[in-house]
Amino acid sequence: MSRDYILHKVRTALGRGAGQAVADPPPVRIRIPQVSIDDRIASLLERVRALAGQAVVADDPRAFIANIVAGKSAVASNAPFLADCGITGLPGVRSGITGREELRDLCATVDAGITCADYALADTGTLVLLASPHEARMISLLPPAHIAVVPRARILTGLDELFSLLPNPAEATSSMVLITGPSRTADIEQILVRGVHGPGSLTVLVV
Amino acid sequence: MSTEFAQKSHDALVDPKLQLAIYTSTARLKQNRIDAVSPAALPDYQELRAQANAIKKHTIDNLDHYLEELESNVAAHGGKVVYCKDGTEVSDFILNLAKERGAHLIVKSKSMTTEEVDLNERLEHHGLESVETDLGEYILQLAHERPYHIVAPALHMTRYQVADLFERELHAPREIVIEKQTALARSVLREKFLAADIGISGANFLVADSGAVVIVENEGNARLTTSAPKIHIAVAGIEKVIPRAQDLATFLKLLARSATGQLLSVYTSFLSGPRREGEIDGPEEFYVVLLDNGRTRLLPDKGKRQSLFCIRCGACLNTCPVYRKIGGHSFPWVYSGPIGAILTPQFMGTQHEPALPFASSLCGACGEVCPVKIDIPKVLLDLRSEVKKSDAREGRNRLEKLGFRLFAWLMTHPPLFEMAGRIARSMGWPTSRKGPLGAWLSERDLPPLPAHSFREMWRRR
Amino acid sequence: MGRRVSLFVTCMVDQLFPQVGMAMADVLERAGYQVDFPENQTCCGQPAFNSGYRAEARTVARHFLDTFESSEAIVVPSGSCTAMVVHHFAELFHKEPGTLARVHSLEKRVWEFCTFLTEVAGVDDVGARFDRVVTFHDGCHGLRELGVKDAPRRLLARVRGLELREMVPAEECCGFGGTFAVKFAELSGAMARTKIEAIERTGAQTVVSADPSCLMQIQGALTRAGSHIGTLHLAEVLASR
Repeated sequence: MSRDYILHKVRTALGRGAGQAVADPPPVRIRIPQVSIDDRIASLLERVRALAGQAVVADDPRAFIANIVAGKSAVASNAPFLADCGITGLPGVRSGITGREELRDLCATVDAGITCADYALADTGTLVLLASPHEARMISLLPPAHIAVVPRARILTGLDELFSLLPNPAEATSSMVLITGPSRTADIEQILVRGVHGPGSLTVLVV
Repeated sequence: MSTEFAQKSHDALVDPKLQLAIYTSTARLKQNRIDAVSPAALPDYQELRAQANAIKKHTIDNLDHYLEELESNVAAHGGKVVYCKDGTEVSDFILNLAKERGAHLIVKSKSMTTEEVDLNERLEHHGLESVETDLGEYILQLAHERPYHIVAPALHMTRYQVADLFERELHAPREIVIEKQTALARSVLREKFLAADIGISGANFLVADSGAVVIVENEGNARLTTSAPKIHIAVAGIEKVIPRAQDLATFLKLLARSATGQLLSVYTSFLSGPRREGEIDGPEEFYVVLLDNGRTRLLPDKGKRQSLFCIRCGACLNTCPVYRKIGGHSFPWVYSGPIGAILTPQFMGTQHEPALPFASSLCGACGEVCPVKIDIPKVLLDLRSEVKKSDAREGRNRLEKLGFRLFAWLMTHPPLFEMAGRIARSMGWPTSRKGPLGAWLSERDLPPLPAHSFREMWRRR
Repeated sequence: MGRRVSLFVTCMVDQLFPQVGMAMADVLERAGYQVDFPENQTCCGQPAFNSGYRAEARTVARHFLDTFESSEAIVVPSGSCTAMVVHHFAELFHKEPGTLARVHSLEKRVWEFCTFLTEVAGVDDVGARFDRVVTFHDGCHGLRELGVKDAPRRLLARVRGLELREMVPAEECCGFGGTFAVKFAELSGAMARTKIEAIERTGAQTVVSADPSCLMQIQGALTRAGSHIGTLHLAEVLASR
């Protein structure tokens, strides 16, 4: 069986026996800087904008999004936060879908996908989305525009803080995705093009 | 060197358009990296490199342990690990699975590991349609070409070549605007994503404590590949394992910055197992194919084992003055640049292309930019020694060996060394382009010979 | 350390660029050192080592060890030769503990020329004058294996009348690489031409370097291209009055 064959080859090459103990790996390196919430928000906005995304602090997220999706179609995730903000009730916004096929078909046709974000990383302008019954993968992926609502308390300083809070994301979800800016490629002549497969437009609302 | 390597490098060197394409693309990537890891941008850069190197070293030194831990955690989250010795086993596994599931259409995201084993060719030979979805890789698939660069696969192609290609292969009206070419590819590939039965991805990291696969990309095609079809198969070399999810705080800070100068790639996916209970979308089946394909051959030598630390960022390519002149297609295997120069002889044997370890000025720029601190120049030197030992055993290049024996003899007999110099000075340089110094003279002039050597002048002081 | 140094001029300087050795001796004497030249010296063995011939390299390295056994300090006008001794001799003798001990002692006594001046002699100003616009080429081995970057610039900054202009891009290989230059001549030539393009963009009249092999490559390419830009070793600049 290839498994045994390969493991045997590995052990022989390394001079290790089956089940042999392992010395501790180098200690994990996590350094979390002290950054005020205001500075974190400012950094997040700046970084998202630097990547050609839109980023604002929204006092009235519902109104802001109503403006963006006016006359357009959108799918919103089932995150309770979005319902609380009144976003799921906006005209043109469909939500509450739990069927895989239905959601996918919808996402493939709407103009925008609206999600919450589990976390955001201030130093890189990153959104962190965990798949769950409330958040499907396709909403931030198929539609050409992605709108993410980020509760300010969820804005972390960076990767170190994220992995400090979530040392084992696999326990929570089958998919954690870090989204840093709109989809892009420079594969042809190194010319930058946005919106290749994922959304070409990204809007981050800090609430 | 083989005539193939010599010919291909020559062809690259005399093609001014190609030279410009390679040079400007790599110059941009090189500078972007420099900016992203500068002390101002990333004060911890050297510490992070040291940490990344230490983690990789520990993991590779104990690889069996971490492979088993990975396997156990993949299973715990509902996935399955499949060990494969080589490309045949990989394609056999996928073909069997496809047959059992009635699958016909496969979408693929970028994976150098699958290039190693010509996976697409194998699958297509058996009647499956396997479509590359990374734009650069898609273009190459249509053109039947190999990747030119680890991170920028179609670096050598112009928009006009892409226009010709799309016109011919997609039967679409000719389009030279890059945005429109991209949009065309997007619409063609989107249909494939949504119809595909199986998604095959690579993996930048395999996380042992989580049973997870980490995929880093900019386009979104890997996310679609791993989320839209019902089956996700991640194919990765056994060396991609890292011990803990928390180690990503180190590696992710290095990878994108080293590759393109981005702080993070647009999408970093951390995937473990099929979709969980209650999750709305995601695959129903999740496989991690662990490929050996010769990696176990690199393990015994402690000095060269570090070649397996590579996280495929491409920084060494962008900084290598040799790669930046001869380009990716001069290299005989899928991996090019400095990392290709050390992996290829170790995977394929030094006789596959004996010139490869020597096609370097040993400037050391590669080792300096490697985020996991692989001492590439050291491995090159070790490989050179291996090539010459093999030559000695097999009786190849006897004249050169004799030449260096003579060199050692002269250099241990100072009066003879001195005399040789005096003779040469009195005879003058052989200036014929066909003579012993012809190779030097083909490209540059020789310095004038001095009247006296240093030691002669010193004696007269 | 006493005020005595031994010169290891390198085989290339001995036979092809003796003026570099003389200049180095001159500068060291001006800095207050007594200079000797162990006559048995020849080469550090790098050509053999880089070509994969370790046994032959070892033979030459042993000779080097013997030649410089009793030298307090050995100064070398070449980053690549210095790196060979201080970084690679140990690799050559890792199976000979006795010789290895001698190598480790030797490593502490061998100095690249610029580094010796700035760190051991503690001088930046050697009283030189050189009225030219120059650019400095960092030899790769000195730069990356020995960290020689600031030292030559500190020294050049104190040369009266000299204007230093940096190349863009900087720190790129000239393409010499030892036998690489002849085994991969076309490629080496292409790298040299990229280097001289960067040199020409600076507008400098002279290229200065602390590595004679780089100078040979660069000068050869400049002359072939019909350029009037000259090359000098840093020692020659520092010896100028």
